[in-house]
Amino acid sequence: MPRIAIIDYQMSNLFSVKQACTYAGLDTVITSNKQEILNADGLILPGVGAFGSVMANLDKLDLIGPIKDFTAQGKPLAGICLGMQLLFTESEEMGKHKGLNILEGSVLSFNSLKISPEQKIRVPYIGWNTIFPPSKASEANWALSPLMSVKRNDYMYFVHSFCCVPQNKEEILSVTDYEGIIYCSSVLKGNIFACQFHPEKSGQQGLTIYRNLKIFLSGGSK
Amino acid sequence: MAQIIRIIPRLDIKGPNLVKGIHLEGLRVLGLPEQFARFYYESGADELMYMDVVASLYGRNSLHDIISKTASEIFIPLTVGGGIRTIDDIRNVLRAGADKVCLNTAAINNPQLIKEASLQFGSSTIVITIEAIRQLNGEYLAYTDNGREYTGIEVVSWARRVEELGAGEIVITSVDNEGTGSGFDINLTKLVSEAVSIPVIAHGGAGSLEDISDIIKATEISAVCLSSVLHYDFIENHPRDFEWKSEGNVDFLRSKRQFTNVKTMTISKIKNHLHEQGIKCRRTVL
Repeated sequence: MPRIAIIDYQMSNLFSVKQACTYAGLDTVITSNKQEILNADGLILPGVGAFGSVMANLDKLDLIGPIKDFTAQGKPLAGICLGMQLLFTESEEMGKHKGLNILEGSVLSFNSLKISPEQKIRVPYIGWNTIFPPSKASEANWALSPLMSVKRNDYMYFVHSFCCVPQNKEEILSVTDYEGIIYCSSVLKGNIFACQFHPEKSGQQGLTIYRNLKIFLSGGSK
Repeated sequence: MAQIIRIIPRLDIKGPNLVKGIHLEGLRVLGLPEQFARFYYESGADELMYMDVVASLYGRNSLHDIISKTASEIFIPLTVGGGIRTIDDIRNVLRAGADKVCLNTAAINNPQLIKEASLQFGSSTIVITIEAIRQLNGEYLAYTDNGREYTGIEVVSWARRVEELGAGEIVITSVDNEGTGSGFDINLTKLVSEAVSIPVIAHGGAGSLEDISDIIKATEISAVCLSSVLHYDFIENHPRDFEWKSEGNVDFLRSKRQFTNVKTMTISKIKNHLHEQGIKCRRTVL
């Protein structure tokens, strides 16, 4: 059975991610051990916390290199919430911070994405919202991604104040509309899948994604 | 009101049992919280909230067990509050499987705790409950310990302060209306929801479907917290299914009495009503 490593950067609550994996039949280990990470078949990069301090912890634990090497070999990684944002080039959360740069793009606050200066946006954004493909081309990706069997406009649970803005628009797998701001809510680039919402907190639809991740994170083999 | 409104069942817990009071006092035993939680999850609850209402008086090991059990089978967010005083308390509750914590008394006694906790665990993990009581002059003051202890702190300025300190959400409880089924305090909820730009959750007083749609239309809230209307419905419609541990005031359950001030309802009934009223919400029943 393929071994999935949930990366523990010792700041976030991994209980719910682990529970959802177990429920969906994934064999997981929570680890911050370099070798264990490199030897895994697939990685989950979860996330709760602030971008800058999490990157600092990943650096302190000497995990930045191993994660980048792992994905450069074409092995699968799934990022969740802050774990999605960390994959990008940089974030503007509490100053400028460099990310893993596995995906090109930046992470901006809802306030920088306002549709008018007078708009009042409640942040953190906490709640359920729908996800849908941004274009015809992304529909085809959707059907082959961990979102397969999730329907367009299914509800997912979001908790965030910052949004990923990918450089390469074709990597955007789904978008979500919060108060008129249409932002990227998941990405797919080859062996990399990441979502801004929390599938482990999104009821049955979320668990469907975990069951699909079982296939995705084993490199396609069942 | 463009937001997608969340419906959050609130379960007050005492020892191993789900309880419910009026004005946060006079607690009756209603059953086992896990059973109610499972039922609400399956009927479309958007989140759950557990409040350990007598945490300061008893040990809380039973609560940790209830949290872990819930988090292992229920895949929606769980907020836990009641008697949480320190960073260690917060960490322990999160480790047991909660996604967010609720603070009231400790936040008022030591506002810096909000700042420390939001820096350490992230703003969105820290929810502040404000227990408001309307004064004779119309002003609202915040109370602690389930509406028992006077603080003299004005509610709206306190709401702004907790936002500044890094809180991620506010639950505004009308102690006057709580458990009565007489409707939410619209004036109070409007004042608080307009004063801050973090999400605000209305709590206390829901007795009918219209009470719920009215508060959503009249204010800028993001969610509604409900207990009596849901709990009594579950009891009425599942008379044989549920159990309780013999501890506390179980006379209400034995009496098979009806709770008359409240029109009981299911979550799907609420969501259908909101939909008819043009209010957005997640309508997915398992």
